[in-house]
Amino acid sequence: MQLKRGLKPYARTLAVALSLAFVAGCSSGGGTQDGSMDGTRGGAGNGVAGSGVSGSQVGGTGFGSGAAGQEADGRIPQQRTIYFEFDSDRIRSEFEPVLASHARYLRENGNSRVVLQGHTDERGTREYNMALGERRARSVERFLSVQGVSPSQVEVVSYGEERPAARGQNEETYAQNRRVVFAY
Amino acid sequence: MKALITSSLIAMLLMFSGLAQANLTIEITRGSDRATPVAVVPFAGGDDFPEDVAQVIHDNLERSGYFDPLPRRQMLDRPSESDEVRYGNWRSLDVRYLVVGRASREGNGYRLRYELMDVSGERRMLGEVVTADQNELRGAAHYISDQIFEAITGIRGAFATRIAYVAAQGVGDNMQFTLYVADADGRNSQQVLSSREPILSPAWSPDGRRLAYVSFETERPAIYIQDLNSGQRVRATSFEGINGAPAWSPDGRRLAMSLSKDGQPEIYVMDIASRSFDRITNSSSIDTEPAWSPDGRSLLFTSDRSGGPQLYRHDFASGEQQRLTFTGNYNARGRFSPDGEAIFLIHRSSNGFQVARQDLDSGRLVVLSDSRFDESPSVAPNGTMVIFATQQGNNGVLGAVTADGRASFRLPSASGDVREPAWSPFLN
Repeated sequence: MQLKRGLKPYARTLAVALSLAFVAGCSSGGGTQDGSMDGTRGGAGNGVAGSGVSGSQVGGTGFGSGAAGQEADGRIPQQRTIYFEFDSDRIRSEFEPVLASHARYLRENGNSRVVLQGHTDERGTREYNMALGERRARSVERFLSVQGVSPSQVEVVSYGEERPAARGQNEETYAQNRRVVFAY
Repeated sequence: MKALITSSLIAMLLMFSGLAQANLTIEITRGSDRATPVAVVPFAGGDDFPEDVAQVIHDNLERSGYFDPLPRRQMLDRPSESDEVRYGNWRSLDVRYLVVGRASREGNGYRLRYELMDVSGERRMLGEVVTADQNELRGAAHYISDQIFEAITGIRGAFATRIAYVAAQGVGDNMQFTLYVADADGRNSQQVLSSREPILSPAWSPDGRRLAYVSFETERPAIYIQDLNSGQRVRATSFEGINGAPAWSPDGRRLAMSLSKDGQPEIYVMDIASRSFDRITNSSSIDTEPAWSPDGRSLLFTSDRSGGPQLYRHDFASGEQQRLTFTGNYNARGRFSPDGEAIFLIHRSSNGFQVARQDLDSGRLVVLSDSRFDESPSVAPNGTMVIFATQQGNNGVLGAVTADGRASFRLPSASGDVREPAWSPFLN
């Protein structure tokens, strides 16, 4: 089954290499393919471009209401990550304005598509977390649907615990990793 | 006299690469108090070999938790064949079994002659000549370890097996995932796949020739089946939503998996040749992490239909699904022991997530590991050990524990996180 692809601002490049073909053995993170495309090259893991998953945006929860100003000129709302409580897929009230701004943008831009990327913290088993991440993303999908967004504009992809935004075994880190990212 | 050709699979894999990087090393973290004292004398004539064969055997036996090999410096003499053994020396050191041997070059390869002695009975139990190609010296040492292990314990050795695992580096959008296959002792690692998108859930086919795994390389999860000899692979499933947790049936013809194409994640069984699917679960909850019983008659899986994750068993004949775990509120990712009498799983206790064993007859659950972030238990094909993912400091490393929990070791990596271990079946 063929999946439609949304436009996604990061990681267009696959560094997939079957071992037969991949003799150079570049084992360090990053590789060379992406830097030139996104400006995400190097650094200590904070890609500033694109999807808003980077650590630098985590603290910026005050964006919620300000995002409304972005839609007047038809731009994608700035805040593209919302966070969840432990073991929960409930939309926290402080993020409802963020979701509402995305819903408005998607309604007004019928050709625009978004991938809702669901994430969990690292605790628990990987495939079970894959399912929990999907639950979170579906919770956002339902919210958008209730707000009148066409299902054809929205796709859910769970990453489970595979793409942590931050590393470490503490509650602060876990909280940053329990999230859904809007990837346009 | 008997010659050994290490299994063609290993030989073919070796052709694959000089890529041996990211090798794992071994740290014994807990020795067993019931280990049998043995001694592996350095092989005569092997001083200039690229590998110390006796040391590889020593390390294997120690890691198994069944044996406590005597340190070399305590040896009173170093015989290389049974006729030279002075049993009194070894009795005085409390050694119960003794391994001696001689190594020589033969053509482009090696010739290893070893003997195993029962010290108290002053009896030779085993003697064999093994030949190995240039790159197979460690493989030959693993083979010899298997023969020794089985001669003493009666249990087939699993040293000449392999593990698959995933290494990951970076955070967020800047990550690199690499799927490796290595010897069971973490050495001789070879890259199977590398991607900036997640790779997880590698699973060995019962013949040890193929891996199924989940890769996000198209920015969506899909299940792939890759032949390890040729590197050729096929995409088995790429439905919308989750394509996860592939598990081979014992006959190698079917793949159980979790798919969310119809809403919630459900267990399906795919016939690999015909690509037809049977849906196994039908609930409004999460159903994932299937594992086949060794007889192929049932599937173990994780479901949160009771409110939190617990393990269930689906019986193919009756279609019934029965809950198996009742201790605690988080039990997931189960795997059967090879005899089908126990399951290994991840259990959450007040101390965190740990590897546990539950005996199916009694229902009794025993925690085996002692760290807080354990994941992904995978059982050795002889059932004596479980390898799993755990944390050491801020790094993900592989750990292993004996099935009785008495002995354990870790396989730290030089850099990045290592996780998702999968122990191969017997390969020879």
